[in-house]
Amino acid sequence: MALLGADSLPIVLLTMLCTGMVFSVQTAKEFVALGASHTVGGIVAIAMGRELVPVLTGVVVAGRIGAAIAAELGTMKVTEQIDALRVMATSPVQYLVAPRFLAAALMMPVLIVFGNFIGNAGGYFVAHYYADIGSFTYLNSIKEFCDMFDVVGGMIKGVFFGAIISIVGCFKGLNANQGAEGVGLATTASVVLSIILIFIADYFLTVLLYVD
Amino acid sequence: MEGSVISLRNLEIAFGAKKVLQGVNLEVKKGETLAVIGPSGTGKSTILKVLTGLLEPSGGSVFIEGQDVSHLTEEEWNEIRKHVGMVFQYSALFDFLDVGENVAFGLRQHFKLPEEEVRKKVDDLLQDVGMPDAKSLYPVELSGGMKKRVSLARALAFGPRIVLYDEPTAGLDPIRTMNISRLIRETQKKHKVTSILVTHDMESVYVAADRVALLNDGKIAAIGTPEEFKTSEDPLIRGFITGEEIKGATEAFR
Repeated sequence: MALLGADSLPIVLLTMLCTGMVFSVQTAKEFVALGASHTVGGIVAIAMGRELVPVLTGVVVAGRIGAAIAAELGTMKVTEQIDALRVMATSPVQYLVAPRFLAAALMMPVLIVFGNFIGNAGGYFVAHYYADIGSFTYLNSIKEFCDMFDVVGGMIKGVFFGAIISIVGCFKGLNANQGAEGVGLATTASVVLSIILIFIADYFLTVLLYVD
Repeated sequence: MEGSVISLRNLEIAFGAKKVLQGVNLEVKKGETLAVIGPSGTGKSTILKVLTGLLEPSGGSVFIEGQDVSHLTEEEWNEIRKHVGMVFQYSALFDFLDVGENVAFGLRQHFKLPEEEVRKKVDDLLQDVGMPDAKSLYPVELSGGMKKRVSLARALAFGPRIVLYDEPTAGLDPIRTMNISRLIRETQKKHKVTSILVTHDMESVYVAADRVALLNDGKIAAIGTPEEFKTSEDPLIRGFITGEEIKGATEAFR
């Protein structure tokens, strides 16, 4: 599972780099025109740290790891391996679900830290070379407008998203119906349900974490 | 009944409105191998699922070694399961573990044995099932017959008192069918286990079983020794053994 986390890193980095750059493109010129170029770095960092990185990482991981979990456990279900575990007096929840839950919940915040670094780096490069915002202005803006909790809050969201992804993946996999089609359906359903639950949970977590 | 290791009394299993087992009575005596035969879809495998706690009876009761196990919790079942080994129809080997670790699985989960002892036990078991060199292979690298052998070794690792076989020869060629059947017989003798062998392979029954029960329409239609079955004039038994169109019997199997 640590391996799955490492495997997800490239796609998370790529997604976040693009997101940071796009967000910077969209904001930088407008804000410069409004005379607010000193806010761009902070706005990009806050948006990335609080929302974009955790939610998009959640979506990417749901598609990658949630699907893998559902497919693996679904296959075990339809090939009687889950029954074999139970017959050998081993709880599938303890043996299969618990480690995946822990791995996903712990791995998400780590991916989010990396995502923040690269997202903000992308934002900086675009702001600097496309909108001519100085390095000092950009970095100082981050310093001025952000605090650690903008990232830590996102990491906390990540823990919950990881939990959602692993529980939904395991649940859908363990309840897969007979046959290859059942595994396919379980996999698709786990991705769809995970993403929906991530968006719903995101609203409530945002209210809890960032609204006084 | 006195002396029975497994006892099914009026066992009923229903999936929704569909009644699969409708009052099965069966006694398996200590040390014997009872074969349960019958057409596909009559609930033979369902009996094994009940005996391993994977399915709860809808009616009637089930006794294992004198204990009523009809409605146990998962934790209570786990105690019983430590004495029950099961060979699944499609082997159900854990595909993320190699053969050695599959066989060692139960030992590692439930017994705190020194590594040396686990390794020796795994080697012995693989030797017994005729696969001494397969230890580091993965299940995907094995043929169907090899998988069944490993599955049997895994089921025996606990030192179970009861072994359940779910169609262990299904999909195997006649030679491997005989090999597996002999292995079941050897296991019975060597490990002194009580077994239920679910199959629709009569050749396997003649080699491995002490008694046979014919399951039809959710009930035990006939029970006796393999010899009795061989010479029986009962149209139902004859129909199943020979596959001939016998009036009365084929109707029942539809």
